Amino acid sequence: MSARAWRLGLRTVALGYLALLLLAPVAMIFYRTFEGGLAPVWSAVSAPNAVHAFWLSIELVAIAVPLNTLFGIGIALLLERGNFRGRALLGLVIDLPFAISPVVVGLALILVYGQAGWFGDWLARGGIQVIFSVPGMVLATAFVSLPFVARETIPVLRELGTDAEQAAATLGASAWQTFWRVTLPAIRWGVVYGVVLTTARALGEFGAVSVVSGRIEGQTQQLPLYVQDRFENFDATGAYTAAVVLALLALATLVAMNLLTRRTRSRTPV
Amino acid sequence: MGIYLSVLVLLPIAALLAQSTKGGTAAFWREVSNPEAVAAIKLTLAVAAIVVMINAAFGTLIAWVLVREELPGKRVVNALIDLPFALPTVVAGVVLLALYGKGGPVGIDITFTRASIGMALLFVTLPFVVRSVQPVLLELDLSMEEAAASLGASRLTVFRRIVLPALAPAIISGVALSFARAVGEFGSVVLISGNLPFKTEVGAVYIFSQISNEDLPAAAAVSVLLLLCALVVLGALTGLSHRRSRHVR
Amino acid sequence: MAIEASNVTKRFGDFTALDDVSVRVDDGALTALLGPSGSGKSTLLRIIAGLETPDAGEVEIGEEIVTNAPARTRDVGFVFQHYAPFKHMTVQGNVAFGLTVRKRPKAEIRARVHELLGLVRLEGLAERYPSQLSGGQLQRMALARALAVAPRVLLLDEPFGALDAQVRGELREWLRRLHEEIHVTTIFVTHDQEEAMEVAEQIVVMNKGKIEQAGSPQELYESPRNEFVMSFIGPVNRLGDSFLRPHDIQILGGWDFYSDDTSTEALIERVVHLGFEVRVELKLHDGREVWAQITRENAQQLELEEGQILAVRLPPPRVFA
Repeated sequence: MSARAWRLGLRTVALGYLALLLLAPVAMIFYRTFEGGLAPVWSAVSAPNAVHAFWLSIELVAIAVPLNTLFGIGIALLLERGNFRGRALLGLVIDLPFAISPVVVGLALILVYGQAGWFGDWLARGGIQVIFSVPGMVLATAFVSLPFVARETIPVLRELGTDAEQAAATLGASAWQTFWRVTLPAIRWGVVYGVVLTTARALGEFGAVSVVSGRIEGQTQQLPLYVQDRFENFDATGAYTAAVVLALLALATLVAMNLLTRRTRSRTPV
Repeated sequence: MGIYLSVLVLLPIAALLAQSTKGGTAAFWREVSNPEAVAAIKLTLAVAAIVVMINAAFGTLIAWVLVREELPGKRVVNALIDLPFALPTVVAGVVLLALYGKGGPVGIDITFTRASIGMALLFVTLPFVVRSVQPVLLELDLSMEEAAASLGASRLTVFRRIVLPALAPAIISGVALSFARAVGEFGSVVLISGNLPFKTEVGAVYIFSQISNEDLPAAAAVSVLLLLCALVVLGALTGLSHRRSRHVR
Repeated sequence: MAIEASNVTKRFGDFTALDDVSVRVDDGALTALLGPSGSGKSTLLRIIAGLETPDAGEVEIGEEIVTNAPARTRDVGFVFQHYAPFKHMTVQGNVAFGLTVRKRPKAEIRARVHELLGLVRLEGLAERYPSQLSGGQLQRMALARALAVAPRVLLLDEPFGALDAQVRGELREWLRRLHEEIHVTTIFVTHDQEEAMEVAEQIVVMNKGKIEQAGSPQELYESPRNEFVMSFIGPVNRLGDSFLRPHDIQILGGWDFYSDDTSTEALIERVVHLGFEVRVELKLHDGREVWAQITRENAQQLELEEGQILAVRLPPPRVFA
């Protein structure tokens, strides 16, 4: 076969695979959602449980993402600028959320914070409910979205090197001044990229939250759980609509990721 | 930070390990050799293995096309590769069903079949091999291939003997990550596969049902087993990938 | 401010970077720390700056013991080999940094930055970003930044190492003139012997964590204390245990006409024209090989050719115990 035919063939196979696996299904969802016109979509979107699920998702993200961002920057500084023994081990622990099934995450959290868990009695005495309630969902969401800011910030910090920070020290800057004026601005795009990934993950988490939440309608369902709920109740429009909302958020994430790729070198530019 | 890490990650993992070993090895063995558990684990590992091999092939191909070929809208296609990362798993399931499930325009219905599990896993693991291979391909020195060509090698030979060995560590590493992800996948599979025990129930779904039945020991035991499988494969393949990449340098 | 380092030792794991090193730099002097890689020169500089702490020994700046004081309290200006610019700030922001963290009033900062940019000839570039500047401009910015807070001591770590030969030459000249204008005690580190000779008033030659010799460029060239210093500072011919400078080998002319009691017979193996100088590779009567360095004029007068037998006068060889 000629070189040209080969290349055309390769391209077709690759793009065809992507189309069948990714594009067509996503396009289908959009089609199905708006098939019956805007009215059913609107009523699906404004259903009280849907609205509640949406705001709960936002709430979870609003708590988990800032916490993970602070943690991520802190860990990155510790690993790249501190004298820390056991770097490899810490790196492994931080990467753990990637290797564990979400369902297992939920299980592990129940074993500590559930009624029969390690802290079960202690929490019950304090009247605090973690599992089957929002705090548990926060923990689950934070767990699965933990690594991203750290992983994106670490290479940026490493590449930055310490010269500029040392220069700042010789010029009389305190540790905080150096961090705030020199280090943070230099790593900001890595951090932002990490935050985008964290947010996407936090919004989309299903398995772990499913286990710890009890999936109580109107109370402990965030958006992905809501999708499942509607689906199991044969409310196709409801499910598809919520799915579309999440898909749109996913697409927004992709756009953000792509724009930020240029600013950091941690992802592959094309 | 240490407290945050402990409260969030370390304590729960410790509790998981504690629970799974509570009754001693005998109890652990009993839980994981329960027939339904065994079926779920076997199914999970088998489908994951097949899926990652397909990923190895197609992922490399897609990475190749994205790096070496000129396409209109290449940036868009490249961005879309990350869709499975950004899309919630449950939405992935719903989305695949819309097209390939009951009432889909294509006319096939994969609901409640093992094929549906494969498809869902292919979807969620798509980016791993592609993203792992792309940077290596970008850095690859074209002059190696040109030298081989000038010495009379055909394109296939050049690919097989020059390019593939250079990409091998990245492919292996991507496969490792895909496998770890596939083995634990829940959200995309739970709606689409029907979760029929002994037929289409994957490990994560089995664990979930045990939790719902409040049989935490069973859930913990199988969880730890699956986790070990994932970590062992991850470790082995990552090690293999590092050894090979040392030669390539 | 005078600087005094006494008995400084520094180890990194198994590697001893500095071994009981003592150095004194007078107030207002311009001194070079010269040596090959691994000699410890940068380490010593960084210890003086407070960017490293010695394992043993003391550092004094202006009679004040600063050995364990952190860099920010020492009032030293430091210039890095790769400029260490704050990439996300403009030139203005960079130069103003020391003053900004000291919370000086805005008007004062602006005036001072303006003054400094004028001094380093970067006026008009205040709003540019480091990515828009050339290497030479970046280094001048780095200098301005270091000088902005009127440090008592200026330390430069291989400041011109990353620049092109021509820019290097310009900046060397410029550093010397700057020092004449602003008499700040200055120490710079270099591995380039020519640079040290050209710029510094005093050179401290270091090797493997120790000081070989300290003195003026003249002293070091004419009275080197050992083999290392002699071969490091200037070209050298080694004949067994003795050393001769190529410049000092006199070529008298053809053997037949010019030989006398003091001359040696030598065969020209090769004549290399290096522009302004000519290198003549010779084989002496006893088989030993040396090379002589003579001026272009001299070479032209002598009409040298390969294969000629010459009479050369060798200088008294230097032998080190």
